[in-house]
Amino acid sequence: MNRKRLESIQDLENQAKAIRRDIMMMIHQAGSGHPGGSLSATDIVTALYFNVMNIDPENPRWEDRDRFVLSKGHAAPVLYAALAESGYFQKEDLKHLREIDQHLQGHPDMKGTPGVDMTTGSLGQGISAAVGIALAGKLDQKEYIVYAVIGDGESQEGQVWEAVMAAAHFKLDNLVTILDHNRIQLVGPCCEIMSVEPAAEKFKAFGWHVIEIDGHNMEEIVKALTEAKAYKGKPVMIVAKTVKGKGVSFMENTAAWHGNAPGDEDLQRALAELA
Amino acid sequence: MAGKATRDGFGVGVLEAGKKNGNVVVLDADVGSSTRVKNFMKEFPERFFEMGIAESNMVGVAAGLATCGKIPFASTFAVFASSRVADQLRNSVAYPKLNVKIAATHAGITVGPDGATHQSVEDIAILRSIPNFTVIVPCDYYEAKAAVEAAAEYNGPVYLRLTRGAVPFVFDEKYQFEWGKVVPLRDGQDVTIFATGVMVDQALKAAEILETEGISAHVVNVHTLKPLDLEGVIRAAQKTGAVITAEEHSIYGGLGSAIAEVLAENASLPMQRVGIKDTFGESGEPDELMEKYGLVDKNIVEAVHVVLKRK
Repeated sequence: MNRKRLESIQDLENQAKAIRRDIMMMIHQAGSGHPGGSLSATDIVTALYFNVMNIDPENPRWEDRDRFVLSKGHAAPVLYAALAESGYFQKEDLKHLREIDQHLQGHPDMKGTPGVDMTTGSLGQGISAAVGIALAGKLDQKEYIVYAVIGDGESQEGQVWEAVMAAAHFKLDNLVTILDHNRIQLVGPCCEIMSVEPAAEKFKAFGWHVIEIDGHNMEEIVKALTEAKAYKGKPVMIVAKTVKGKGVSFMENTAAWHGNAPGDEDLQRALAELA
Repeated sequence: MAGKATRDGFGVGVLEAGKKNGNVVVLDADVGSSTRVKNFMKEFPERFFEMGIAESNMVGVAAGLATCGKIPFASTFAVFASSRVADQLRNSVAYPKLNVKIAATHAGITVGPDGATHQSVEDIAILRSIPNFTVIVPCDYYEAKAAVEAAAEYNGPVYLRLTRGAVPFVFDEKYQFEWGKVVPLRDGQDVTIFATGVMVDQALKAAEILETEGISAHVVNVHTLKPLDLEGVIRAAQKTGAVITAEEHSIYGGLGSAIAEVLAENASLPMQRVGIKDTFGESGEPDELMEKYGLVDKNIVEAVHVVLKRK
């Protein structure tokens, strides 16, 4: 197995910074995309791909690999950057996000992009697929863990709760889901659009083991993911308090950068902050 | 009438498929006794997943299982297996072309007393419009069983439309299901009747009536509405020069539309559609509903009279 594994928190933080730079450059180049929710999930995705997950970028369909489902598929840039930085495909490809005749679709496409374990984009659906992958793991007595990232706005979809109910019913302790709790969606704050609070209590009530963390503290993230993969008897929900647009000051805590691409000057400012 | 419901063919077919291939799994949404998956459940309890009344999640879970090499059959009533989960079928199954089979039982108005909420008259139209889906409507028990076994061996999304009520046998256990091909059932010279599902039997009965009138009908069973057997359809239509379609489904988007599309581009011929005329059903016994909504042999005969005047 040939994969880039980072042990130190410092190295993981540096990797996350590189991924944030990739995200900014990709969306700038594409002229469209979702920076806010990509940046909020960056530290979580970095910890998964560069420390926690058992993967082999040279063999993306390896049947014993850990799986990752980005249920909030609009955060595709963070996944693509992590896959490219891990070696699933060339970093050069990141320059062709959302372009015709290229593989990096606006939302993840498992048929086109090496390393994408499930096609997502229509909110609420990825977590159901993650439940299916976890069930298959149990059926085949595999050791792999399924990781899924869902959004808090996404959790307004009823299907999320159907899947959450099913995962607890089937006692899928091989499923670890991370709620990217950035508290802002396309139009505005989740609590004003349609509150999902109290989120952690809801998942507990649905029969999940819940771990609450700061979703930008790399040490806490790695510790929580490590605890989660070892947890037995229940699926685990890591409620990660995050900041929409994290790492780029003018994108933080605002809905304005949910789905808007940075212009030339925005990009220079962002890259200066992420240097 | 000697016959059986096509859902029974599914129940037996999926059990056989499960015996042949350990990757076959079944999911159901709290209607397992009705969808006839109970025998599979008894034989392979570890490969059966009761998903509760949560069809959207069921389809997504089936997609996830398929990414791991499983061959999931997800079964529920056709209304809940089509319009209710159209987005899940589109985005989680069809777009990634995952190997998921949808067993949609209780299709059409022949569900009967449950009424319009449970009578899918538009499911073929929905599924036919989603890329990558194969849409199969078996006409009897034996064809259903064979189609299910064939679907298990085909790699890709399949929608199987099945009935609640018994339909007369058209075939017997020796029937060989030929993937994607129309099946001529009766040779004739004057008019071609393309029929699907429960309407195949009605078309054969209509042909008998027409024979007494001196009209020779060519009856073709269209078990696969998508992808449609273009060559077979064009050949059968041109053989007589006049076309009837018969389906227990809306005349919009189903067999009638599919055949009209092919003929309009390849062989303009007079054509009449027998089917549900853009309306919901209602409670009633299946045979009463078939009569009221114009889905019996005499309706096909009337349509033939009309089309022959235009020939």
